[in-house]
Amino acid sequence: MNKPLRRIAIFCGLLVLTLLIRDNWLQYVQADELKEDEHNRRVAIERYASPRGDIIVDGNAITGHATTEGDFKYKRTYKDGAMWAPVTGYVSQAYGATQIEAINDGILTGNDDRLFFRNTLDMITGKKREGGNVVTTLNGAAQKAAYDGLKKQGAKGAVVALEPSTGKILSMASYPSYDPTSIAGGDDAAGEAWTKLQKKNDPDDPMLNRALREVYPPGSTFKVVTAAAALENDLYGSADEKTDSPLPWTMPGTTTELPNEGDLPCKDATLREALRVSCNTVFGKVGSDLGNEKMLEEAKKFGFTEEQFVPVRSSASVFSEDMAPSEVAQSSIGQFNTAASPLQMAMVASAVANNGTLMKPYMVDELQAPNLDTIEKTDPEEMSKPLSADNAQILQSMMETVVEDGTGTNAQIDGVKVGGKTGTAQHGVDNSENPYAWFLSYAKGDDGGAPVAVAVVIEDENAGRDDISGGGLAAPIAKNVMEAVIDSKK
Amino acid sequence: MSSTTNPSTHHTSTIGAIGAPSRRNTELALLVFAVLIPVFAYANVGLAINDEVPAGLLSYGLGLGLLAGVGHLVVRRFAPYSDPLLLPLATLLNGLGLVAIWRLDQSELLQSIDQAGNAAPRQLIYTAMGIALFVAVLVFLKDHRVLQRYTYISMVGALFLLLLPLVPGLGKNIYGAKIWIQVGSFSIQPGEFAKIVLAIFFAGYLMVKRDALALASRRFMGLYLPRGRDLGPILVVWIVSILILVFETDLGTSLLFFGMFVIMLYVATERTSWIVFGMLMSAVGAVGVATFEPHIQQRVDAWLDPMREFALSRANQVGHSEQAMQALWAFGSGGTLGTGWGQGHSELIRFAANSDFILATFGEELGLAGLMALLLLYALIVERGVRTALAARDPFGKLLAIGLSGAFALQVFVVAGGVMGLIPLTGMTMPFLAYGGSSVIANWALIGILLRISDTARRPAPAAPANPDAEMTQVVRP
Repeated sequence: MNKPLRRIAIFCGLLVLTLLIRDNWLQYVQADELKEDEHNRRVAIERYASPRGDIIVDGNAITGHATTEGDFKYKRTYKDGAMWAPVTGYVSQAYGATQIEAINDGILTGNDDRLFFRNTLDMITGKKREGGNVVTTLNGAAQKAAYDGLKKQGAKGAVVALEPSTGKILSMASYPSYDPTSIAGGDDAAGEAWTKLQKKNDPDDPMLNRALREVYPPGSTFKVVTAAAALENDLYGSADEKTDSPLPWTMPGTTTELPNEGDLPCKDATLREALRVSCNTVFGKVGSDLGNEKMLEEAKKFGFTEEQFVPVRSSASVFSEDMAPSEVAQSSIGQFNTAASPLQMAMVASAVANNGTLMKPYMVDELQAPNLDTIEKTDPEEMSKPLSADNAQILQSMMETVVEDGTGTNAQIDGVKVGGKTGTAQHGVDNSENPYAWFLSYAKGDDGGAPVAVAVVIEDENAGRDDISGGGLAAPIAKNVMEAVIDSKK
Repeated sequence: MSSTTNPSTHHTSTIGAIGAPSRRNTELALLVFAVLIPVFAYANVGLAINDEVPAGLLSYGLGLGLLAGVGHLVVRRFAPYSDPLLLPLATLLNGLGLVAIWRLDQSELLQSIDQAGNAAPRQLIYTAMGIALFVAVLVFLKDHRVLQRYTYISMVGALFLLLLPLVPGLGKNIYGAKIWIQVGSFSIQPGEFAKIVLAIFFAGYLMVKRDALALASRRFMGLYLPRGRDLGPILVVWIVSILILVFETDLGTSLLFFGMFVIMLYVATERTSWIVFGMLMSAVGAVGVATFEPHIQQRVDAWLDPMREFALSRANQVGHSEQAMQALWAFGSGGTLGTGWGQGHSELIRFAANSDFILATFGEELGLAGLMALLLLYALIVERGVRTALAARDPFGKLLAIGLSGAFALQVFVVAGGVMGLIPLTGMTMPFLAYGGSSVIANWALIGILLRISDTARRPAPAAPANPDAEMTQVVRP
């Protein structure tokens, strides 16, 4: 009987060999794939096993962490969460992460490849893994001025402030907002908070980052772009030469007159005068004289039609192609299809203030390793040159006139030269809904450089139509933000 | 102690008293390791989970040591020539199993769903009961050939055990498989005991019938076809296996019994045709039943696409389980070297994490290296069993030893293969490692029987009748 016994022995050996091969397949060949599978809860357990790194503003952390029950050890907390939510986004044990929390997740959790060597060392020395920090470009005082200003109005709106010479985002506020701490956990309370914040349960949509992800018709603030186009294309050579502007003006190809807001001195007005009192007829005609192509080209130079990554994505602002001349005229005064995010209009103000050079906006200044070594530093980058330095200075003087002596007087700051432009954009079917109040501006320092450019938009559903004007609602907020930046530089 | 080793070291050549080494000291040395390794593992778990050496370390170490010591002394007294590896191997596996069960007891998640908490102390009691049965086998079973007398009683007993789970009120359906019975607060898996009793029946039956089965056959296309009436027994076993599959819906048990029978039939008759028949019949049976039994179908589906099964389970579909996928993730997350004791997350498997799926805990925490070592421990047990079969001098002993070790190998393959996703999952557990009284107790009895057979096989033949002259002239004493 020994011969079959030996064969059975071989058979049993083969059974074990099969198991060993399968084990190698599972734990060696497929190991990484299984280990990193998104449904493998170990990935999340690992992710929340150590405190996340912090997001830093002005050298102070605006985030923190707390311990939680269950197998996820730590959750994120936020200081002034509602104010900073448009910057930080959220990270939640149950709902994932957005914005900076998502984009720089690797650094914040300590899993980034650039931390690999450090992590390996830590593993050998038995140190627990730590997350790195994200240092932002934001200015705490400016952010507070922006958020408090919006909150005081109590209406939906957004503010973006940039440093024109670098593109650094100094302030990015959206209202109404939400406290991301409330949804950071994985418990029932977080679930309830999350449900409440959804748009279908809260029509105000507090989780929408209006500063980046909402586009509004820019209204008269777009006249700055149209003026830049007029100067750049040599339609008019200076701010003070008379324009060829009949009043009333019938839009080409139609029998419709383009109205002004009231009885304004717009007939053949200079560009400076037209901007000061905000003449629709003058800029509408400038747009239709230049034509769709040239207007679009200038708008694109300011960043229209492209999504911006700051590094959080913003919605693309709109200026249409292939429009009829009358539509171009309306588009050139920020109506018809034209739409811009608050970030976009801040970029317009920033480019004019920076003598025509548009710097790429960004809000992550530096990524730090857990021991605060710099891993990556963002350098300011030129994005485009929408207008020449000479033309930019002409436009600056026009915008400064608006604040000194025009619709934007509410933005005046003692001892500081401020340039701005108001806007009141119609929207809704037959312009039936409440307009959006816009204001974009910049402040100049003593050295001639501009430390800050701001765009403010407010959707006020409660105020009467007439009460809304960029100068009345939005300009005071812009003023406070600019003052906060100037004060913090002192 | 030294007296038993004397014959070997001095290598006397007395006629009829060829001294085989008893190897009891080897066994003792191995047992020391078999107890120390789990004790270190136990300390390791405590340090990893609670940052301190567990309070129960001493009592646990002493308990395991005491059980191993009792086992060893009984072997030394009642089976001095038996295989020296089997007891240490079983002790090591049992000890490591206890550590893993205790480690899962610490999981709050498993405690909250009542899947662990105080399983380790109970398992220690089961181990004690297992060793007690092991001792009883060695003490009362002086010669394994005695079992031959109970061939047909064994058959009745095995059928009785196999049918028990089908008795209304007694049987228990756990996750679709009906292989448990409930007595008081204990769940018993009669199949584990039936495995041994059936092996006794097959060995006794085949020993008597082997010649008829082997010789009375016709040659057809290179295969020896058995006569119709000799086909009877294999058909009966096949039908019983199919019935188990249909009524208890457990592929593993069914495969185990049929496989064991085919192995023993092949060894008894030396006819390869039985293997071919056996494989054909199991394939026909398994496929046939799987086509109309939804529980088996679902197991197969879960095996083919565990990710889909996971998704269905997450979508709260009744009857689906994420265990299979969770086990694969546990293995994968362990990687080559594992996370270390107590640092994995195999508790995510939730149900049966410390029984059917305990291998996943080893895979995750000890890694590929540890799991391969563990599988080789099982391979060694099987190897010692086969060696015992080879060494046995009587056909009944040979058949019983190969039947038991073959069944052991099949069980390891079916369970480990199921958990590792090589074959569909079945409801059986890893011998010695997994939490569960029946399995531990029955497998200790199995080791006891193998030791008894190997003791008989390796025992020196009785000394030649006293012949003073011969002794004086032939004994060489240094």
